[in-house]
This record gives sequence, C-alpha cells and structure tokens, in this order.
Amino acid sequence: MENMLIISGSPHVHTSRTVRSCMWHVVAALVPALGCALFYFGLGALAVVSVSVLSCMAFECLIERYMLGRRPQLSNGSAILTGLLLALNLPSNLPAWIVVIGALVAIGIGKMSFGGLGCNIFNPALVGRVFLLLSFPAQMTSWPLPLADRLEYVDAATGATLLSRIKMGEVSADDIDLVDNALGLVGGSLGEVGSIALLLGMIYLLATRIISWHIPLSIMGTVALFALCIGSNVGVELLSGGLLLGAIFMATDYVTSPMCHKGMVVYGVMIGLITMVIRHWGAYPEGVSFAILLMNGFTPLINRYIKPRKFGERRMAK
Amino acid sequence: MGTTFNKGGIHPAENKTAADIEDVELPNEVTLLLSQHIGAPAKAAVSKGDRVRRGDMVATACGVVSACVHTPISGVVTKVDRSLTPYGYMADSITVKADEADHCDDEVRRKNVEPCRSIDELDGLDGERIRAMVADAGIVGLGGAAFPTHVKLAVPKGLKADVLIVNGAECEPYLTADDAIMRLCPDEIMGGIKLLMRAVDVKRAIVGIEENKPDAIVAMKRAAACCGVDVTVVPLKVKYPQGGEKQLIFALTGREVPSGGLPVSVGAVVQNVATARAVYRAALYGEPLMERVVTVAGTARPGNYRVPVGMGINELLKVAGGIPADTGKIVIGGPMMGKAIETIYAPLTKGSSGILVILEREASRQAVMPCIRCGACVEACPMGLEPYLISTLSRFRMFDEAEEQKVTNCIECGSCSYVCPAARPLLDYVRYGKATVAERIRQRKKKCEDK
Repeated sequence: MENMLIISGSPHVHTSRTVRSCMWHVVAALVPALGCALFYFGLGALAVVSVSVLSCMAFECLIERYMLGRRPQLSNGSAILTGLLLALNLPSNLPAWIVVIGALVAIGIGKMSFGGLGCNIFNPALVGRVFLLLSFPAQMTSWPLPLADRLEYVDAATGATLLSRIKMGEVSADDIDLVDNALGLVGGSLGEVGSIALLLGMIYLLATRIISWHIPLSIMGTVALFALCIGSNVGVELLSGGLLLGAIFMATDYVTSPMCHKGMVVYGVMIGLITMVIRHWGAYPEGVSFAILLMNGFTPLINRYIKPRKFGERRMAK
Repeated sequence: MGTTFNKGGIHPAENKTAADIEDVELPNEVTLLLSQHIGAPAKAAVSKGDRVRRGDMVATACGVVSACVHTPISGVVTKVDRSLTPYGYMADSITVKADEADHCDDEVRRKNVEPCRSIDELDGLDGERIRAMVADAGIVGLGGAAFPTHVKLAVPKGLKADVLIVNGAECEPYLTADDAIMRLCPDEIMGGIKLLMRAVDVKRAIVGIEENKPDAIVAMKRAAACCGVDVTVVPLKVKYPQGGEKQLIFALTGREVPSGGLPVSVGAVVQNVATARAVYRAALYGEPLMERVVTVAGTARPGNYRVPVGMGINELLKVAGGIPADTGKIVIGGPMMGKAIETIYAPLTKGSSGILVILEREASRQAVMPCIRCGACVEACPMGLEPYLISTLSRFRMFDEAEEQKVTNCIECGSCSYVCPAARPLLDYVRYGKATVAERIRQRKKKCEDK
C-alpha cells in the first residue's frame, strides 16, 4: 500500500465550492426574478427564456466540440447562466429568431472567440443584448405591458419603458408610483420588472458569499447620489431601467469584473456615473448595459493599477 | 470576540477533538535524522558500536543555524549512515537499538524525572545561560517549522525586542497537540515563558490562543495570574492562518512586520507554547528535546501521543489503531501546511506536529478548471498578494514580474489554493516562483558583494 500513497503539495483540504456550484448559486438567485417575469409576461417570457437558454447551450456545445475541439462542459452551468441573463435583458415579445441571433453573438463572439470560460473580456450576455439593441432597435425597445396579454407571445400589447417616457417628456418623474415601479407594474425587459425579486436574489448572493457588496452597492450608491445632486427622482433612477439587474447580476460577473475590493468599488462607481450620464445626456433612455460593457473594457487596467495593500508595505517609502 | 489579523484569512472545517496526551511505549529502535530542523544538518558525534544512554547527545549542531540531536532510548548505535526520510529521500541518520534491559530502564527513567535544578536556581539563570541551555538541549520550534530556538532567541545587534509573543493559536485544522499541552501543563509553559522572556530580555509576554480552545484559555489565564511576571493571555478569533508569525504579531500588538523583515524588527519574538514547555523541562530536569506530542487523526484510535523522536511512523500508526485499507494520502503536520509523505517506514522528527491519514476518496480532487477570475484568492490572501497573478507569472516563468508583485512575501499558508473554486494549484506555482525568485535575489546579492 505504502508505495501508492498520493503525493501532492499543501494544502490538503479544499473548499467545497466549485465553479459549477458558483454558477448554480447565481441561477438559484435568479429564480425569484424569473418567477416574476413568468407571472408578469406569461407565455412570452417562457418562450424567450427557453429559446435563449437552449440556444446558448447548443452554441457553446457546438463551438467547443467542432471549432475548439474540446469536450463541452455544459454541466458547469455557465452557458445556462448566460442564456438566462440574456433572456432577462430582452423584451418578452422578441421573436425567437432574434433571440437565437442574440445567443449566437453572446456565446460565439462574447465568450468563445476569446477562448471560452474565464477568458472573455466583456460580459457575454450584455454583448448579445447590445448587439440586438443596435441591430433591431424597433423590436428591442417595444416592451410588452406586464399582466396584459399573458397568453400572447409576439403580439402582446406594448408600451415604452418608464425611463424613455420620462425622457420623451410624456410623464414627469414625480407622478410615478414607486410602489408600482418596485412591484414591476411598468413596462420593461423580463428582468427589469420585479425589483423586490432582484433584491431577494442579491440577498441570497451576499448570504452565500458568491458576491461581495462592493460592486452592487457602489453602483447603486453612485446612482442615488448622482440623482440627488441633479435633483432627479432617486427611487425611479434606482428601480428602473434594469439598474438592479445590471448592478446585482451583470456587473458582478466574476470574469469581467476587477479582482480586488478596491478595484470593485472604482469599477462600480464608474458604472454608476456612466449610467447616469447616458441616461440624462445620451441618446438612449437607459445606459446600464453600455456602462457595464465600457467598464468591462477597463477591468484589466483597474486590475493592473489598483491593487490590495500588501502586508508589511505600509511604511515603505517609494 | 477575540482579536485577529487584518487581511484575508479563511475558515476551514476545524475537525478538532480535544484529546489528552497518551504516552507511547518506547520503541526498541529509533532512527535519528541529522537534519530535523531548518538549517545545516547536525554532525554525528557517535560511531557504530557506541553505547548511548537515554538523553545522550548523538549529533552536534554544525554551523550557526543548526541544532543538536539526542537519543530517546538507551542502547547501541547500530548504524551511522543514510536512511530513508518520510518524503522518500535518503538522508544522514543515526540508528540506536535497545535490548530488553535498556528498554525497562528507560521506561523507569521516563516516569521518574528528577529535577536537577531548584526553582530558585531557575530564577537565577541569566539570558546567555538560558540560550546556551536551549542550544544544548537541541530545542527547535515545535509548531512545525522546526527553526532552532536558540538562534531565534539571539536578537541581532542593533535591534531590541520588547515583547515575547507565545503562539498557542494552533490554527491548523485537526491538530490539538498544543491545546492538550496548554490544558494539561500550563504551569510548565508559564515557567518556560519566564525563561524565554529573560533570554530575549523583555518585560512583557502575550499568549495568543484561538477561541475554539476555551479550556486552554482558562488554564493558561490561571497559570498566568500566579506566575509573577507580566503575561497576558489573549483569545483570538478562529481564523486561519491566525498562528502565522506575522499574522499573530499583528493580532496581538497591531504591528506589521515589514516585508522581508524579521519579527524582531518590530520588537517581537515569537515562540510556540510547546517550545516554551520544552525550554522549561530542559532547564529544570536537564531534559533534552527527544520527545514531542503528535496529533494523530484518521486512524482507528486518533488522539495526542507523546512520541519519542526517531520512532517509525508505521509504529506510531500501529499504536493509534492502524490505517484504513483505502488510505490515499498521509500528511505530516496540519492539512493546510503539512507535507504528504511517500512512506510510513521512516522516522518521526522534532517538527512532526501531526500525522493525518486521509482516505483515498477525500484525497482525490476535482479536475482543474480555467480561472474564472472570481477574486476569492485575492480576498483570502493574508499577505495582501494576488495569488492568481503571481501563480500565473510563475507558471510562465516571468520571474521579474513575479518579484515585482512580491512573490517572496508569500507565507505559503495555502489559503488561496483552499478557496479556489476552479481547483487551481495556485500555491504550487507560487512556491516554484518564490523559490526561483529568492534564488535570483541571492545570486544578485552575491554578484554585488563580489564586485
């Protein structure tokens, strides 16, 4: 027996957390938001979510097997998660073929072209969403009304989102019922509705220590402060336009966000600032996706220049 | 709530079961490795055929950083040659074999240790005398690193220590040897602390103990209250690596040892509780370091055993109930920093704080995945390093960059590898980078001196 002892370097015990369990924890945290989406948008939500998830999985599988020549690792859940996040960023009446194109761009260009899991620079789901937003602006900005036509898919009654109505001057921010807004009774993408559900997801992610508070709270804090400074409605800014979805689930994506806490705060604050600048002075009514993608691009730079303080270097004179 | 260190740290499952210390019967044969400590190996002072008595010095310290070796059994030196270490290498050693009569004699002497000094005499010893005594007794750090204690007690010229830090943290999972010693012989430890304080000429000592050892904290506090010198017992938060030298100094004094510096540069000297006890016994009974307490886990009869140095690991495992058939890995030390051994037919050394038997299914690991850049390693690193970065730099042999990122600051605690969800062998790469960079720095210094 003794000549068969395993030799390996320390440590000899390891956490039970794996890449797979991290991904599934995030999927679990999305369950309330998904439930909300299904409740508000019915059949359309179901169609968009399943098409998005299945096509993301299929593309990942095909690209890994036939283009990269490796064994597909669908069980690590990252393709499923990308599919879910992409779906939550789409309107529930988006035709299936457009969703499939989004999935192809998300997985193929956003993730696999960089080398797959862990190598991508930009958040794949957002790459897919922004590609669709720029390519199919009409379909991507008509939002089905919640609770209206839950048995319809592409023909559901639509309306503009709250932020674009405010931007167009149709409604004033002061007239908005924040309770309705928090409950998701305004138009929006699958994941924009149901702020409470998203916050539940955040609590779950924080409690299981999948994410730390640094990114979501610095984004929300910056947006709130900025709104206060320019006299905008803080509640509306925080609860609409996919800010919560972005701050909790998209910006916290491990691969594309900074590695240390200090860097995370810088990244979060910048996302908050860019979001508010786009919302108030840009061409689009909302800017969370663009802000996150921009800061994804800056993440390597943040990692390079913002580092944790090394133990024992406090009094080191440079 | 206990105090703790300032950066990173992890919470592995503790798996500690408080056990008292059980004496192991002296073996008929011991193999004493000449290199049981950090530094130069000792030099054999006996030759084949010599008769030795329990406690005799068989090898002398050789060089500045070295420690002498003593035999725990009486008998005849049968071999002064190379023999197998637990890690599968050959190393110089001395083998002593006892016969029946020696054996009984030793057991009697082991039970009836007579003080050779009175307590008053102990109080009269000066620092230099204590350091010499520690050196003669071959005492090394018993926490696991086995650094010669008398070297650590010699404060370099120009520096001044002002506090003795006594390490009772025992932050490694499974290990309870220090816990047992603190619970069962707090007065001996306190006696040792008094001697150590005089050896480094300080007026104050702080004992740090993790909060998961409440009985040890009570026992040590009681002993500290009536020892007559300024000794404080401080409970520490349960967090790994609380017992790391630099982490412990920060937790107890708020001082940060500068990178590349010795603890004494911030006025602290750190000694383990078991080492303090060994110093006391060396001073009072003239007993050299030839036995130590070892935690055995994963066998049928796990527990803490008082084991003579040089005893075969296989013999200790037999006493502890034998190893299961599906054993995958055996580790000397704790599960976080201990080393996996290659064979059990090799001797224990002064630094063996634990023997862990790990089943095959627990030893196997999931496949290595790509880094998902979650930052868990950065969050866990108690030295404020970026393990993902320095391991990658080391892996691609980018040693200049690794040096810039302070790879040499790594204390090899293993927190990064522990937390990695992608099961990446971070510490393995970092060790490689650290060793290479350290060697390059040495070469550079040498070149400078040559010029």
